[in-house]
Amino acid sequence: MSRDKKVEKKLKEELQGKKKRNNALLASPYIIWMAIFIIVPLFMIAYYGLTDKENGSFTLANIKLILDPVNLKALWLSIRLSVISTLICLLLAYPIAMILRSLNMKRSSFIVFIFILPMWMNFLLRTIAWQNILERNGILNTILSFLHLPTLNIINTSAAIILGMVYNYLPFMILPIYNVLIKIDNNVINAARDLGANGLQTLLKITLPLSLPGVISGITMVFVPSLTTFVISNILGGNKVVLIGNVIEQQFKVVNNRNAGAGLSLVLMVFVLASMALLSKYDKEAEGKSIW
Amino acid sequence: MVNAIKKFIQKFYLGIMLLFLYAPILILIVLSFNKSKSRSKWGGFTLDWYRSLFESSDLLTALYNTLLIALLSALGATLLGTMGAIAINRMRKSTRTIMMSITNIPMLNAEIVTAISLMLLFIAVREFIPNFQLGFLSVLVSHITFNIPYVILSVSPKLKQTDRSTYEAAMDLGASPIMAFFKVVLPDIMPGILSGFLLAFTMSLDDFVITHFTKGPGLDTLSTKIYAETRKGIQPEIYALSTILFGAVFLLLVLVNLRKDKNQADAKPRR
Repeated sequence: MSRDKKVEKKLKEELQGKKKRNNALLASPYIIWMAIFIIVPLFMIAYYGLTDKENGSFTLANIKLILDPVNLKALWLSIRLSVISTLICLLLAYPIAMILRSLNMKRSSFIVFIFILPMWMNFLLRTIAWQNILERNGILNTILSFLHLPTLNIINTSAAIILGMVYNYLPFMILPIYNVLIKIDNNVINAARDLGANGLQTLLKITLPLSLPGVISGITMVFVPSLTTFVISNILGGNKVVLIGNVIEQQFKVVNNRNAGAGLSLVLMVFVLASMALLSKYDKEAEGKSIW
Repeated sequence: MVNAIKKFIQKFYLGIMLLFLYAPILILIVLSFNKSKSRSKWGGFTLDWYRSLFESSDLLTALYNTLLIALLSALGATLLGTMGAIAINRMRKSTRTIMMSITNIPMLNAEIVTAISLMLLFIAVREFIPNFQLGFLSVLVSHITFNIPYVILSVSPKLKQTDRSTYEAAMDLGASPIMAFFKVVLPDIMPGILSGFLLAFTMSLDDFVITHFTKGPGLDTLSTKIYAETRKGIQPEIYALSTILFGAVFLLLVLVNLRKDKNQADAKPRR
């Protein structure tokens, strides 16, 4: 009897060991890839950011570059513009997601399709097309003057950049919110209405709290790319508006000072991580959240 | 009455928002038929740009590079990502959380930081292997890296939905683990794998920032070509090319959607 048990136990252990080995075999290419191309590169940034360009000795000078008034101004402007764009995106996207939910589409993949489709027209070209719309003699002003309305001059200003950010990243706010909203049970909302809550109360007390995970992931997906963009400010700002992304890009591509660029990237990374940590406090479903 | 007004306002708002999203695309399509080379003047209808597009060898090379990188990086990311997702799914919860956090880094981190970190890595590699140049390979590797999270996030939910006992049942019935995987698990998670692949392909195609930093001087994709031309003016052939690409994808996706609808309609009466 006990011998049988021993054999059984041994077999079980062998099977478990085999399973573990199988899993390790499956995981290893992925883990090796991530170690080389995600972890090591981050250390490379830290290495370049913390060493001197000339002799390679340790220095904090590259990090301190952020205190340079020009760079500090760029960082502050980036923060301001990206916060404004994120808020506008949220205000525009939430009603869209609510309306899409109320449409009761049988297959939600169609909605994803509509909002992903624009990505198949190159992102740079779409931003360039906004130049056409916003230019002094552009399409918008032609329409406005046709209607005898005052014309707008927002090309090469912060307003144009905010518009570009909202335009490019709005889908990334709509989709996560929509994905959370369609999962809310109609009965929960009806129950609130039955218990006497009006539309606004239901929205504030039921729908909004339940959709918070979607809102949080939407905010991160809009805020981070807006904070760090250099393309949108380059195309719609016409060199007149400098964001922190532009400063970093120029360090690499124009000034050719990798160490300075890496130092500033390090600061930017800390900013992104800090804002993410702040947001994740409100996000209970940290693991395996799906954005699409 | 109130309801009708509400419905109208809803539809109106949705319409305005779709116009906002699609207006620039419409403008680009119109520009591809514009006889005048200027972006702000309409000079009459022409198909010239579509004709000269096929004579412009550097544009076609850029298109070829873009599509090849998108295809290969999506394939690579799908393979690595699916394997990773299956392995992560089987791990203990604590290990799984760590793995998922690392997986999400390229997606959550700023694109420019990811791009720079990879560029610095390739520059360091160049110190050791003098023959290595930044170019096709470095761009491809970078694209695979930033595409993997999208595949994992598409496949993981499907894996959680699959019942582990079906896999075990297949093994009890004499299937080898590999056979059980291909016959039982893979069909279950296939939709996730496909949408991961499609997402990865789209992301790679639309990428500019990562390519901008990790490419060498010799290589051009459509994005980098367009960026180089933003100052001096875009050649109209690029509008034509983008219109063709956009139209092809639009048609393809509409067809897929229609077919899905038809399949669903066909499948229902049989049940």
